[in-house]
Amino acid sequence: MNALPLWVELIVALLLLASGTLALIGALGLLRLKTFFQRMHAPAVTTSLCIWCVAVAAIVYFSARDGRLELQAWLIMILLAVTAPITTSLLARAALFRQRPAKGTAADDDNARQ
Amino acid sequence: MSPLLTGAIFVTLACYALAMAMTVLRLLHGPSAQDRVLALDLLYVLGMLVVLVLGIRYSSQMYFEAALLIALFGFVGSAALAKFLLRGEVIE
Repeated sequence: MNALPLWVELIVALLLLASGTLALIGALGLLRLKTFFQRMHAPAVTTSLCIWCVAVAAIVYFSARDGRLELQAWLIMILLAVTAPITTSLLARAALFRQRPAKGTAADDDNARQ
Repeated sequence: MSPLLTGAIFVTLACYALAMAMTVLRLLHGPSAQDRVLALDLLYVLGMLVVLVLGIRYSSQMYFEAALLIALFGFVGSAALAKFLLRGEVIE
């Protein structure tokens, strides 16, 4: 296998490091944020931008290695772009459903809003 | 594989491992069931990322299909768990 040009390796390395940082940010948000609905935002960083960085890095690396366009990693970007919002909305609906007041009294409503 | 790329991949995998550890903390800590499902979903995505980066590391396209399968099953599992939390059963 012949060596890749330096600028290709630089692009791949920078994209990978960016994705690692973004994954850390997402996981830190999931760990540190206060309520569930705040925590739902944090993994979106990982499922959108982090995946994109890794997929573009894979496309650049395999394209440079084989000398032709290798676009398979697009599939993962498309799959995650389609499935992540579905999971998020289902989970948000489940959380809203489970956090509803058990009885319809005013005190229960106030407790649920806090 | 040059030292530059090898080092970058090592640092990236270390970042993913740290992120997975934090996600596992949230998974164990809870406090509610939907938090655990969210953490499990993120754990699936991070596992998929690790497989993709290993594919670049070992310069093999085979890892890509495994990553695709992990993403697919992660979605199915998370959707089924969310549906279970919502309705009490998965298939009605």
